[in-house]
Amino acid sequence: MITTMKQIKHHLTDELLMGYAAGTLPEAFNLVVATHISMCDECRAALAEYEAVGGEVMMSGEPVGLSEDSLEATLALIADNAFRKEEAKSAAKNSDIPAPLQDYIGGGLEAVKWRKIGGGVSQMILPTSKDATVRLLKIPGGTAVPDHGHNGTELTLVLKGAFADEEDTFSAGDVEVANEDLQHTPVAAPGEDCICLAATDAPLKFNAFLPRIAQKFVRI
Amino acid sequence: MLMSSRETDKAGAELVLDRKPHHQGVKRRSVRSETVTDTEANTRLMWVTQIYAVRDTQDKEAFAALFSHFAPRVKSFLMKSGASHDVAEECAQDVMATLWRKAHMFDPAKASVSTWIFTIARNRRIDMLRKQRRPEPEDLPWGPEAEPDQADAMALQEETDQLGQALAQLPEKQRTLIEKAYFGDLSHSEIAAETGLPLGTIKSRIRLALERLRHAMK
Repeated sequence: MITTMKQIKHHLTDELLMGYAAGTLPEAFNLVVATHISMCDECRAALAEYEAVGGEVMMSGEPVGLSEDSLEATLALIADNAFRKEEAKSAAKNSDIPAPLQDYIGGGLEAVKWRKIGGGVSQMILPTSKDATVRLLKIPGGTAVPDHGHNGTELTLVLKGAFADEEDTFSAGDVEVANEDLQHTPVAAPGEDCICLAATDAPLKFNAFLPRIAQKFVRI
Repeated sequence: MLMSSRETDKAGAELVLDRKPHHQGVKRRSVRSETVTDTEANTRLMWVTQIYAVRDTQDKEAFAALFSHFAPRVKSFLMKSGASHDVAEECAQDVMATLWRKAHMFDPAKASVSTWIFTIARNRRIDMLRKQRRPEPEDLPWGPEAEPDQADAMALQEETDQLGQALAQLPEKQRTLIEKAYFGDLSHSEIAAETGLPLGTIKSRIRLALERLRHAMK
């Protein structure tokens, strides 16, 4: 993995990095953030700063006393769990996608169970908490995703291939952060399939009549 | 920052505190001297040494020292995030037990002890209060096998200390919003709803605060 690091030009916003550091984002967004950071040194460094702020916020709070036997209770907890040694998550080996995403798919891209959703586009919805949704999208080269706007925030991280919309071109590792103001028609670059990880905290708004009906069935 | 016992013991004479307590009684240090900075950074290095002692010799005394300093702050953090007294207590014990188990994964060139414990507490909060999985970035391929560089570790502990001081010196309106963003389990829009301030104001205050903090770390 991580062959595209140097080409990444579209990064996470401060608000997303801060939300991830604070632990306030929906699980679906956390997955996109963790996957992007696995591919992007710049955002990894920025996240470390936001986590440091969190640490200092925690340290500046008024300490709250613990019960008298708290230390003993904790040592007992440690004795119980002595056999459980946590190991660092090593970088995904022989895989085309970062480890946090593999955990949700249950393997690499070959393990994805694609379902066609029309217009040549396929998806797999990944299981997360219900406050937002996240899916893998496969868009054949040259194909457009129907013109849509957003009620909330939509994060689209490119894993393979590339797409372009009215804003810019997005290649592997790039993340597009779209909100209410953005009305766009992403088109996959000609050639290989474009595979994206896309999360949203509100249903997308399609402008054409047909996609709106389809929306009920495909849960976009 | 709060006047804790270690500061009173070691650097009490050099500290000048605001007379007027504000924001839930958190006191702010208004004078920063080199001596205080050195002492603080040394304290941070002492915490690193204590984690190594836990890692290498399962040193219960070092653990007790870390426990008495950090557990009450973890508990406070969890309570401000909405946990009850009992849940926060249980959770804080769990966080400290995790520190013991994960001591071999701590890398002082990547995070200060306070940052590291914060991330454990944050993850525990997500587990316990929000009942969600927490996807984590994969580690860098070159990994933490080698013993971290001493100079890097030292520099990072000092930077974090400067960050803590800069946070304490932020204008109150900015600091309160930063605290809400971390403590309150709130998104920027939820903070807007809670405080009645427009979202744009929240975002620009947070941005200003972060710029100040970044500047302080330069």
